[in-house]
Amino acid sequence: MESYRKNFRAFLAFFTPPFVWLVLFFFVPLGIIWLYSFGETEGLTKIRLTWTLENYKRLLEPEIISLFWRSVWLSVISTAVCIVVSYPIAMVIATAKPKWKPWLLLVIILPFWTNLLIRTYALLNILGTRGRLNDLLHWLWSAGDRALSLIGLGDYHLLGERFMPVKFLGEPVGVMIGLVYVYLPFAVLPIYASLERLDRSYLEASLDLGASQWRTFRQILLPLSSGGINTATVITFIPMLGSFLIPDLLGRGQVDMIANVIERQFKSGNDWPFGSALSLFLLYITFILLALQSFHAMRQRKREEARG
Amino acid sequence: MAREKREPAGPFDYSRKLSLRLVFFLGSIFLYAPIVVLVIFSFNNSRRGGNVIWKGFTTKYYEKAFHNDALMEAFINSLAIAFISTLIAVILGALTAVVLWRFRFPLKPVFEGMVSLPIVIPEICMGVSLAVFFSSFGLYVPRDMPFPLNLTNIIIAHITFSFPFAAMVIRTRLNSFNREMEEAAKDLGATEFQVFRDILLPHMKPGLVAGALLAFTLSLDDFVITFFTSGPNTVTFPIKVYSMVRFSVTPEINAASTILILITLLVTFLAMRFQSFEEPRQ
Repeated sequence: MESYRKNFRAFLAFFTPPFVWLVLFFFVPLGIIWLYSFGETEGLTKIRLTWTLENYKRLLEPEIISLFWRSVWLSVISTAVCIVVSYPIAMVIATAKPKWKPWLLLVIILPFWTNLLIRTYALLNILGTRGRLNDLLHWLWSAGDRALSLIGLGDYHLLGERFMPVKFLGEPVGVMIGLVYVYLPFAVLPIYASLERLDRSYLEASLDLGASQWRTFRQILLPLSSGGINTATVITFIPMLGSFLIPDLLGRGQVDMIANVIERQFKSGNDWPFGSALSLFLLYITFILLALQSFHAMRQRKREEARG
Repeated sequence: MAREKREPAGPFDYSRKLSLRLVFFLGSIFLYAPIVVLVIFSFNNSRRGGNVIWKGFTTKYYEKAFHNDALMEAFINSLAIAFISTLIAVILGALTAVVLWRFRFPLKPVFEGMVSLPIVIPEICMGVSLAVFFSSFGLYVPRDMPFPLNLTNIIIAHITFSFPFAAMVIRTRLNSFNREMEEAAKDLGATEFQVFRDILLPHMKPGLVAGALLAFTLSLDDFVITFFTSGPNTVTFPIKVYSMVRFSVTPEINAASTILILITLLVTFLAMRFQSFEEPRQ
């Protein structure tokens, strides 16, 4: 690496275009909504900057608090499910034969390259009351019912008189299925990376010293891969919290998350200042999470250095 | 058998455990089943809401999708946006990657953070801020601008979110560059520009291609940011599909989606080819 002073003109030639682009089309727009969040609407499209805090005060309205609360718990549960499911998946990939690894990874990554809208739409087809998932449940119900009849319990209708389709669309569970479905690949990759890097002699030592597989997993593998788990948590939680399309299509307006309300302020509600305040709030949460994550990563690196 | 059971499984053998394999298998089914069902039902011969009951094989909805002018226009818009924004995103990404890789300068971590910010912030925030930016600065493109200039706003937005990704990919490639080649060229009298053109650029090429393919798929995929930066006359493929989905669920959407999935698969395949070209097997 060379100092920028040594070849200042070359430095400027490389540095200026991306810097100017980023400032003009990323930071200036963010700056504008930051200003707007202190403004008031005047008429239909005019916004006057009055440095009012009214928009931020409205974040404390019970309606908005319950919106935040719903967004957070939907994202927390979905993230947890993602992590729990992706950990074993990452374990399988990380310990597979080298010949198989790229293919197993591809299986997980490929959906991630597919259009988000199409994947959400695909789920929409599956999750309907007459969709494939309910078909599957119906089949399972019939099988269960038949099994009960076989052992002579048929008359009690333990599984109900008739199959009742489960409602997924417009319910929190449908949105959660969508969130897990879309962001699962996000969670697998960092966990896989951390398992791949791991020094396996620790596991061997633990097993050699007589610890059980479970204890080795809990006390050695899990702590050693906690960096990957943290990264996975943050990079799935952040986009989940800000997701728009999934609650929009699968929640059917019944299960709004923050982004849906933001969208309404800008598209139909026409309350740009309040929409800006909501967006900034989402942005601040993102920053805090990222800061916590990098702080944690830094501490972990230090601990590893100390360990030698 | 009994003796085998008592022996503890090796520490690397997670992939041989049936329970873990089952999780992998079920996880894959979960990821693929909806897409497979979507593709299958794009061939369903049913007029209304085609996705409920199978009524025989047909390709007529592909024909219908191809003859749907609004859909095709949206598709062409999407491709034009993807091509143009990819071109500029790769240039900006390459410049960013070279700056970060080559120079030491004050506040470098700040610049690094600035570049990675578009990758991490929620899409909705970026979409909203760009929408406000374009409207409040009067950058709204006149309605009758010729194609593809009418897409300028969307193209700018797409460049902004995709070039940091391209920069990341290209920078990874630069890390394997042998600095001595550059020094040798300079010793032999090459100018700064010649070094860049004849030595650095050829080395970057696989990274540039990989970055371009990534930017291309990102652009083709994007819904949220486009949703906020597009006008009534500048509809992209995802936006069009979205409005169709809101209206009703038809086999035509399945057919159109299947076509887009195929395109994405093709691009992914190309990207993988270049990736394996870039990193020779060890």
